[in-house]
Amino acid sequence: MNRLQTEDAIAAAIKDASGPLRILGGGTRPVGRPVTAEALSVAGLSGITLYEPGALTLVAKAGTPLAEIEDALTVANQRLAFEPQDFRAVLGTTGTPTIGGIVAGNVSGPRRIAVGACRDFLLGVRFVDGSGQIIKNGGRVMKNVTGYDLVKLMCGSYGTLGALTEVSLKVLPNVEAAATLRFVDLDMPESITLMSNALGSPFEVTGAARCGTDTLLRIEGFTGSVAYRADMLQSRLKLFGSADLITDAQTHAKIWLNIRDMTEFAEHDALWRVSLRPSHAAAFIQMMQQMHSFDYALDWGGGLVWAAAKTGTGDLEALHTELQHNASLMKGHCTLIKGSDALRTTLPAFQPEHPSIAAITAGLRAKFDPRGILNPGMMT
Amino acid sequence: MIVDRLQAVLTRGAVIHAESETRAYECDGLSAYRCPPLCVVLPTSTTEVAAILRVCYEMGVPVVPRGAGTSLAGGAMPTADAVILGVARMNNVLETSYEDRIIRVQTGRTNLSITGAVEADGFFYAPDPSSQLACAIAGNIAMNSGGAHCLKYGVTTNNLLGVTIVLMDGSVIEIGGGHLDAGGLDLLGVICGSEGQLGVVTEATLRILHKPEGARPVLMGFDSSEVAGACVSDIIKAGVLPVAIEFMDRPCIEVCEAFAKAGYPMCEALLIVEVEGSNLEIDEQLDLIKAIARTHNPVELREAKSADEAARIWLGRKSAFGAMGQINDYMCLDGTIPVSELPYVLRRIGELSKQYGLDVGNVFHAGDGNMHPLILYNANIPGQLETCEALGAEILKLCVEVGGCLTGEHGVGVEKRDLMLVQYTPSDLEAQMAVKDVFDPAWLLNPAKVFPLKSSEKRRTA
Ligand SMILES: Cc1cc2nc3c(=O)[nH]c(=O)nc-3n(C[C@H](O)[C@H](O)[C@H](O)COP(=O)(O)OP(=O)(O)OC[C@H]3O[C@@H](n4cnc5c(N)ncnc54)[C@H](O)[C@@H]3O)c2cc1C
Repeated sequence: MNRLQTEDAIAAAIKDASGPLRILGGGTRPVGRPVTAEALSVAGLSGITLYEPGALTLVAKAGTPLAEIEDALTVANQRLAFEPQDFRAVLGTTGTPTIGGIVAGNVSGPRRIAVGACRDFLLGVRFVDGSGQIIKNGGRVMKNVTGYDLVKLMCGSYGTLGALTEVSLKVLPNVEAAATLRFVDLDMPESITLMSNALGSPFEVTGAARCGTDTLLRIEGFTGSVAYRADMLQSRLKLFGSADLITDAQTHAKIWLNIRDMTEFAEHDALWRVSLRPSHAAAFIQMMQQMHSFDYALDWGGGLVWAAAKTGTGDLEALHTELQHNASLMKGHCTLIKGSDALRTTLPAFQPEHPSIAAITAGLRAKFDPRGILNPGMMT
Repeated sequence: MIVDRLQAVLTRGAVIHAESETRAYECDGLSAYRCPPLCVVLPTSTTEVAAILRVCYEMGVPVVPRGAGTSLAGGAMPTADAVILGVARMNNVLETSYEDRIIRVQTGRTNLSITGAVEADGFFYAPDPSSQLACAIAGNIAMNSGGAHCLKYGVTTNNLLGVTIVLMDGSVIEIGGGHLDAGGLDLLGVICGSEGQLGVVTEATLRILHKPEGARPVLMGFDSSEVAGACVSDIIKAGVLPVAIEFMDRPCIEVCEAFAKAGYPMCEALLIVEVEGSNLEIDEQLDLIKAIARTHNPVELREAKSADEAARIWLGRKSAFGAMGQINDYMCLDGTIPVSELPYVLRRIGELSKQYGLDVGNVFHAGDGNMHPLILYNANIPGQLETCEALGAEILKLCVEVGGCLTGEHGVGVEKRDLMLVQYTPSDLEAQMAVKDVFDPAWLLNPAKVFPLKSSEKRRTA
């Protein structure tokens, strides 16, 4: 596999391709249905091309390692607020996650609930479509409604509509202080009620998760403000018992890294991500537990259910089908994040779409990739 | 003929075709352009919208969706061969869930009345265009509208979770819902901001938030816009994220002060910075902001000490457009620039203003670089509108030149369609038009908008 260094080279490679291509960033993330195709790596397109801390904007080539971007941001005391995951531990992969891979997957962590997802921070893209055309959309400014928003369309399209060559992102300041409130031993529905209550308060909770039997609320900001809000939340939520206040920076950071990357499920063989209304999560889990045995954790105040299982504890295929079936009954969706190649080959990793939506999706793919050569079948 | 067919599928009074009555729909907020439509339909349900679109689709009649008609870009302006489909009668709240922090409404509901439906319980809908009393959520979604507080809360697209959309052939599709983030492609993201060209949005699920405990603005005056710009940048770099940073230059300050008597200092540039939280949190942030401002030698630094003073600080800013309108006709531009280019762009606008002989006042959202240059002209003097449009085009080209864009929140509509090639290449536009091909293959929905007429001609006349 040769390392292409320029956008023009990527365009030429796609234009001249004689068969299907597998778009690769850092290759840390085998997503969706395995694609057997020639690899096309964008990792050679690397480097931050513009960073203006005073304007909260950063532009980088798609192959830029995430770590390089995070280092640059740290120097100016800023960060990617959407908290992209690093799934290398869970997936058992190695390599260097790239910003293009993050954008292609709309990868967003616990802070999504408060500040938005990767899509909400993506200001502009450059990409090469399936015909080898170079296309740009959006730009580097925070407000832009000039023409259609293809930026959102590209974000989360997993390289099936085009190979991203450059992305511009809005970044945010780092916070001065952070703290976590930990409530212990609540049952699951109670835990969701607590999180909904906290997220519906004026106290700006930036993380609300349940791991094991802990319910965790994160508060971030200026020192005085964090102390104040922690206090207010504790008295507002005292019905749920008393909470530990965790302010030690290292302990706090570790808690949220574990939630972000779901490291507690590193030993599991299959991992799913179910997006639901928080008020549906309890019923969803209880319904599933009647039929299958699996482990779970909650993020996004209950709006994100992580389900995990090991081979040997049950039929993973049946569990998968049931998860997607029930997610669709509740108008949500379920994606298989980790699973053997066999599992990902026989089953749809992405939630099957309603026929009317599937028709639009197919129509868009036919326009952006008329030959059907970009990660073909991956999202089906 | 079309009128008969539409009357057959709708209740009495839902079709308006008398010329005296369709005249009310001949323009939107961009009133320099006018054209009465073929007829106007005012459905009350998604089912009726679907029936209307099926009829128009079969007869090949173009449809222009309309919310409240406040677009400043001519987005809702009719053409003589088109049916106006207005959703104003569809204004019910369908569901509210504080547990999930969402509200689902019919899209004819006005922006402000969405907050109105939840504020008794302490909640609000964040995007707040200045037109929020009048504009409908339908138009907000179509234009991806912003507001003064979007520096913190984002614009419409960041607060929209789901839609019911009717395609031109009458099919009804649900996209998204009460959960976060799409399973497949982010169709919601491309529908938001598509200016009524992909489908008619009839229902929407929106994110609602609990209101902050309080808010307080501080007013700062500076000797030059360079210094004000540097102050904005320093505030942002210091890690404070105000909910709003508004900027006014001297021409604007003078007019607003004469009109609203808000007690503004007469200086070259004025900033209004607002932060939110409890009193303690507000003090914490404002202390930092004031310290930064002092390093830039402000000619005035005034923190609101009461609700009354806060209202006075906002009064001038909020009446800016009205004040300008009292003394002149004006054209409001909406380009966005990287904030670092602010001093250069303001200087160039000053030069262009002299060159074209028309005054320009600047009032805008400084935190995100969304400019609103107001070009003053007199419509009664022959040729001034044309001069004004030419100057407007120059200023928008300048915005693009420095790395910005033609429109930050008002949309392209008819007003800026022919400037699109300044910002995009023909293949960039092809990719966008390809999206419309998928949703509306016959190009019947709001067809002559957004894209340069030449670029879309083949598709529209096919
Ligand atoms: C005084 C004033 C101040 C303003 N301030 C702001 C501001 O601060 N921020 C801002 O962003 N804008 C502002 N605007 C512009 C305008 O208010 C917004 O663009 C608003 O969102 C338009 O909403 P509307 O309901 O009036 O839509 P309309 O003007 O009726 O239509 C706007 C567009 O939406 C489409 N549309 C309408 N209904 C539907 C539907 N059901 N389905 C699909 N498409 C549809 C139309 O075809 C058209 O393209 C301002 C306007 C005025 C007059």
